[in-house]
Amino acid sequence: MHAALRRGAGRLAGRMLAAAVGTALSLAAVLPAQAQETIKVGILHSLSGTMAISETTLKDVMLMLIEEQNKKGGLLGKKLEAVVVDPASNWPLFAEKARELITKDKVSVVFGCWTSVSRKSVLPVFKELNSILFYPVQYEGEESERNVFYTGAAPNQQAIPAVDYLMKEEKVQRWVLEGTDYVYPRTTNKILEAYLVSKGVKPEDISINYTPFGHSDWQTRVAEIKRFGSAGKKTAVVSTINGDANVPFYKELGNQGVKATDIPVVAFSVGEEELAGVDTKPLLGHLAAWNYFQSIDTPDNKAFIEKWKAFTKNPKRVSNDPMEAHVVGFAMWVKAVEKAGTTDPDKVIDALPGTTAPNLTGGTSEMLPNHHITKPVFIGEIKGDGQFDVVWKTEGLVPGEAWSKYLDGSKDLVADWVKLKCGNYNSKTQKCGG
Amino acid sequence: MLFVGVSAARADAFDDTLQKFLTDSYTDTEAGVTALGAGGDVRAFAVVKALQDGRLLADPAARRVLIDDGGALKDAATGAVVSPAPPPADLKRVRLNNRLRRAVEAALGALTLRAPDPARRLDAAQAVFKSRDAGALPAVEAALSQETDTRVKSALAMARAAILITSPDAPEAARIEAVGMLRERGDQSALALLSALPPGTPATVQGAADSAAAAIRNRLQIWETAQNAWYGVSLGSVLLLAAIGLAITFGVMGVINMAHGEMVMLGAYTTFVVQEAIRQKAFTFAIPGTGIGFSLPLPAALTLDWSLPIAVPLAFVVTGMVGILIEKSVIRFLYGRPLETLLATWGISLILQQAVRTAFGPTNKEVSNPSWMSGAFELGQLSITYNRLWIVCFSLATFAMLLAMLRWTRLGLEMRAVTQNRGMAACVGIRTARIDALTFGLGSGIAGIAGVALSQIDNVSPNLGQSYIIDSFMVVVFGGVGNLWGTLVGAFTLGIANKFLEPFAGAVLGKIAILVLIILFIQRRPRGLFALKGRAVEA
Repeated sequence: MHAALRRGAGRLAGRMLAAAVGTALSLAAVLPAQAQETIKVGILHSLSGTMAISETTLKDVMLMLIEEQNKKGGLLGKKLEAVVVDPASNWPLFAEKARELITKDKVSVVFGCWTSVSRKSVLPVFKELNSILFYPVQYEGEESERNVFYTGAAPNQQAIPAVDYLMKEEKVQRWVLEGTDYVYPRTTNKILEAYLVSKGVKPEDISINYTPFGHSDWQTRVAEIKRFGSAGKKTAVVSTINGDANVPFYKELGNQGVKATDIPVVAFSVGEEELAGVDTKPLLGHLAAWNYFQSIDTPDNKAFIEKWKAFTKNPKRVSNDPMEAHVVGFAMWVKAVEKAGTTDPDKVIDALPGTTAPNLTGGTSEMLPNHHITKPVFIGEIKGDGQFDVVWKTEGLVPGEAWSKYLDGSKDLVADWVKLKCGNYNSKTQKCGG
Repeated sequence: MLFVGVSAARADAFDDTLQKFLTDSYTDTEAGVTALGAGGDVRAFAVVKALQDGRLLADPAARRVLIDDGGALKDAATGAVVSPAPPPADLKRVRLNNRLRRAVEAALGALTLRAPDPARRLDAAQAVFKSRDAGALPAVEAALSQETDTRVKSALAMARAAILITSPDAPEAARIEAVGMLRERGDQSALALLSALPPGTPATVQGAADSAAAAIRNRLQIWETAQNAWYGVSLGSVLLLAAIGLAITFGVMGVINMAHGEMVMLGAYTTFVVQEAIRQKAFTFAIPGTGIGFSLPLPAALTLDWSLPIAVPLAFVVTGMVGILIEKSVIRFLYGRPLETLLATWGISLILQQAVRTAFGPTNKEVSNPSWMSGAFELGQLSITYNRLWIVCFSLATFAMLLAMLRWTRLGLEMRAVTQNRGMAACVGIRTARIDALTFGLGSGIAGIAGVALSQIDNVSPNLGQSYIIDSFMVVVFGGVGNLWGTLVGAFTLGIANKFLEPFAGAVLGKIAILVLIILFIQRRPRGLFALKGRAVEA
């Protein structure tokens, strides 16, 4: 009874509060610039609730990019104007806020969302109102929409290279796939399981486990991992544990003495930001796979980090992978608008594939016809100071695949919005799934 | 003449090995480490140790390797301090990855088998046991014949067994004897060795290993049950800590306090503030933009080990005050109206969360474990982590103190009187409004000290409290509203049941199963495990 009441009451109160905060914020952003015509950029990231921990940073980085573009003279002779709303980590509210941004604030583009469920919740809105969403977070793939541009990694740009690294470098033969119980880990693990089996790993050497969101008592799981690892074969953990559950997980690993030299853990959702809350000394050598690390030594990255620290007025502020995805996505959008000469969504959507933008790690990313981008893949080891030491990277840039080759349902599907004008064209039946 | 020639040749071999560290390639570095471990040069230990600590620097321009010895740069080949020191930009730290770290541990093990310090010899023997590098066998046997310390001796014998059992050249009898030793050892690493013998192992050895592995598995199964029970106790203590404050505000006073979790969160942030002050060696308070603020220097001897003893009373006071403030400003107008109380306290919880988010930022805060709460110790095959052990003790102590307070102090007496019969208590001259505020403050304060303990195992973020509120209500309702003993029994029952279900059902299903069981139980016994009886129920 309490739980049910609490949830109902919570949703109501949360919505009211979020709506109030959201309106206040968007008012504040709209007022000063009304004098001249502007191009509006919507920012749809949670500033309160459970996801605020990750998403607030992305709002800040967007504000910085917009300010910078305005210093360069704006876009098409107009100033850019940020419209910030707060969907409060509440998935249905994401859809409401997206509608508000597009219909009321008339934004030309939206940068936003973090979790897959929030993306799924705004999809129908963007389709119906024909607007553009840039989605900056690594995700499970199996999707390609005309109105969405995916600047985060698809599974083949993060999960598969990481597993390859463990197989080649660490000679891992036994796998624990440990995840939080929701769509991204479940789909990623399905792809990984199919991939591992295709590489000759026996099913009894794969253990898949899910824990609830925010799981904090990892004693049993860590003991179980130790036991699974004592079968005489080199064992590794592939972690798709999300958000808050990571800190207690790593603390328990450290306390139970699971060292990276015995059982390495490679994580897909642990970046500089997440490690900011952990003492990383016992975690030395555990791994993460990303397309960007703060520690990567390139002139672009250095300049970006300096600007970021100056903008946030915090010399300790860290940068992470989804931030870089926004940097690249924003640069691509600016180029596409310049090329199209207008912010009209149809024209910009047509102009975006083929657009290139330098990423912060020294390469040039390109928007592909399937609305994913090319990215380098890095494997980093956790260092004592909460940063990562890159131990491996792909030769060139890896093109993002919307549909996994390793899943039965999706291996025949092709996404191509340039020639085929379709996000899920079935190459066997030669039909567009629509 | 001849002697000089030989030593020059040896120096060359050592120098050649060192050159491998200059290329910044993991493969070369690994070859270098292995060569140093096998070579037995006296200078090798310093080089490998420096590599492990990240103090080995390559100077590719001058083709030499340097050791950073507390600021002074020493040439690894000669041991002489290099002056003038080359500019830091020219030097590159020799990097490690996991494969290399293993090689380094193995090499260090082989190099320190004869170290004068027995503790280091023990580490070395254990490192060789882990690496089971066949090349180390002569060194192990030599060390074994001279070893006097019994613990080191048995560790060395174990290392020897680990090498022999996997070595195809070893005589069969020796390998079977090794199987016997590992069977004695009986832990997970022995099991790992026994269940992965290389192909081509003679049938007799394989047979002995299989039966030994089966025996170890059986024995570990029993230990596993004990381990699960311990995990259950540990989870139960966390539940108890989280729920015990609620047992006062909800159980004794009857206030549905949705802001209870936020009191826990405030306690955790208090711990963070204390630790931050200790790190900065000063307590600084400032309101940004106003210039109002002060800084209080702290004694330098104060280390993080003291942070928890300081944070516990502080958290109690801080959250107790917040609790009294909430009671005085909101809750006292809402007694007897549970739905309004629920909504109002839920609103307070959102306000507190967002306030903390604004003040401290949305990201997790680092709260480190004091040294006496880090690591684990082995009890048989049971691995017990210190932080969990302390939390079990701490929650039981908190419970005992609360019980004693209610039983033997005047405030406790008045609290019981007011909650049992408000009207009568007022008649005998107890200021009930004041007692209400103090009781609520006490419950909140206890939630705050729970936060100090939880900061050691969970995230310190504005959402900390939310993850505990449902569990807390569950414990209190299950244990029986208004009964502290019920809360204790309820917490440990739920903790242990959860941990025995988890290995079979998984964490998600386990949690669901527990919820279903509680619902069924409440259907049968609506008042929980320990129902209050008599007049108090109607009051």
